Amino acid sequence: METSATARVQPPRIEVAARAEQAGETKAKLTVRNLDFYYGSYHALKSVTLEVPERRVTAFIGPSGCGKSTLLRTFNRMYSLYPDQRAEGEIIMDGENLLTVKRDVSLIRAKIGMVFQKPTPFPMSIYDNIAFGVRLFENLKKRDMDERVEWALRKAALWDEVKDILGQSGHSLSGGQQQRLCIARGIAVKPEILLLDEPTSALDPISTAKIEELVDELKRDFTIAIVTHNMQQAARVSDYTAYMYLGELVEFDVTDTIFIKPKQKATEDYITGRFG
Amino acid sequence: MSQISASNPLYTARKRRNALMLSVSALALSFGLFWLAWILATLLFEGGNALLHAALYYKMTPPPGADGGLANAIAGSLAMVVTGTLIGTPIGVMAGTYLAEYGRKSWLASATRFLNDVLLSAPSIVIGLFVYSVYVAQVRHFSGWAGAFALALLVIPVVVRTTDDMLKLVPSSLREATAALGCPQWKMIFFVTYRAARTGILTGILLAVARISGETAPLLFTALNNQFWSLNMNAPVSNLPVVIFQFAMSPYQDWQRLAWGGATLITLAVLLLNILARVLFKRTT
Repeated sequence: METSATARVQPPRIEVAARAEQAGETKAKLTVRNLDFYYGSYHALKSVTLEVPERRVTAFIGPSGCGKSTLLRTFNRMYSLYPDQRAEGEIIMDGENLLTVKRDVSLIRAKIGMVFQKPTPFPMSIYDNIAFGVRLFENLKKRDMDERVEWALRKAALWDEVKDILGQSGHSLSGGQQQRLCIARGIAVKPEILLLDEPTSALDPISTAKIEELVDELKRDFTIAIVTHNMQQAARVSDYTAYMYLGELVEFDVTDTIFIKPKQKATEDYITGRFG
Repeated sequence: MSQISASNPLYTARKRRNALMLSVSALALSFGLFWLAWILATLLFEGGNALLHAALYYKMTPPPGADGGLANAIAGSLAMVVTGTLIGTPIGVMAGTYLAEYGRKSWLASATRFLNDVLLSAPSIVIGLFVYSVYVAQVRHFSGWAGAFALALLVIPVVVRTTDDMLKLVPSSLREATAALGCPQWKMIFFVTYRAARTGILTGILLAVARISGETAPLLFTALNNQFWSLNMNAPVSNLPVVIFQFAMSPYQDWQRLAWGGATLITLAVLLLNILARVLFKRTT
């Protein structure tokens, strides 16, 4: 039995092979090895091992509480903000274990952008929302900054809607626009990796479609990891998919493989909606 | 037949309870407003006239039976309230920032919060006596500095508490989003959380200003009073609350009129400050 999810993404066999081959050429941007994560005494991630390929979209799916957002939050050390959260294991980026680096964590986070489930515009103008992050590490002239802001807003498919109101508060935008503003803010600092934590769960279908198009476009420049509850979305936008359950990585493979002929029975049950 | 109709007993009981609670709440509201309105009306009735005499603003506090105003008291009060606020606000905001952004639930932060709440509810006369014994008694004279210091001690706990509370209301998602850009914590506090909590923090400061504007007890032991024009902060300084206290208790009618005038002036000034702040916030946010 097939759900609409699998039906929609089923491409001709030859294309599956082509995509898999193309995927095979990629190298890992992040290498996660034996990662364990704890909220206090709660063991939230259990020995997760996978490679996030460079300039590809990797989707993380699984039921609520499976640890997919937690995993995403280890990639940029977001958990370090909270004293009772800790991670053990390795997350290697450019030959360096992010979990044990001695440098300021800010330097890691600047290379790894993140967009959250709910839009989080800063309490400042639309322009400054974008410029704020850029100013942290770059000293740009007014004209260069204007260009950067426009570039980021265009990438996020928001420029046409806000080009005349750049001085207005970021809060004056609609939810979907705010979320695209947050994406623009994330890419304006030109990170190497972009983490998207259920970026469209609060958005209407039109905004969702815009953001999905954007993800497809962004993967030319960035490595993208996206957590989503929407399996069609994972199927539509990702090259690789990881299925997680109860803090463990059940299966990780090329997206088409996961959605068409997963190796694990558990993955198939979840994908086809028989999970329960 | 459907249970959902206007005669459903559960529905009518709920409507009755709603009507009852609504009237009790409205009653409580009008009770509070009634006294407030009465106080304002009495002040305006008794002191409103005095405010219209220009002499109030340029003549000094007079001896009984002579013509006079409150110029020295107004100037002294302004000097001490402004100084007290300038000393107390930065300390309060910084301490509140420590509690909300750095200390959070640590042992030190919890202890500080507890002690701050004690200070917040300490009677102001105790603060006055404290400053008297550690400063006035040591230098052996009353002074405007002592008064301003006592007022600052009243400002600090109010500002600490509101800053802490208002910063804690800033959602952690905003902090995470800022940190995700690689922003150091101090920059996040200055450019994001302060902005998000700005209105609340400023309201706390205004509350503190309003509170110290009318404080009498701490000034009785510190700034004392002065019949003459003097802005020397190292000497006794005249101030509205103490003048109101002395003049209102006196048997002389002209003194009592001046006391009403001073009381109305303080009340209206605080009201004006609040209105001004609200208008300003609206424009900037």
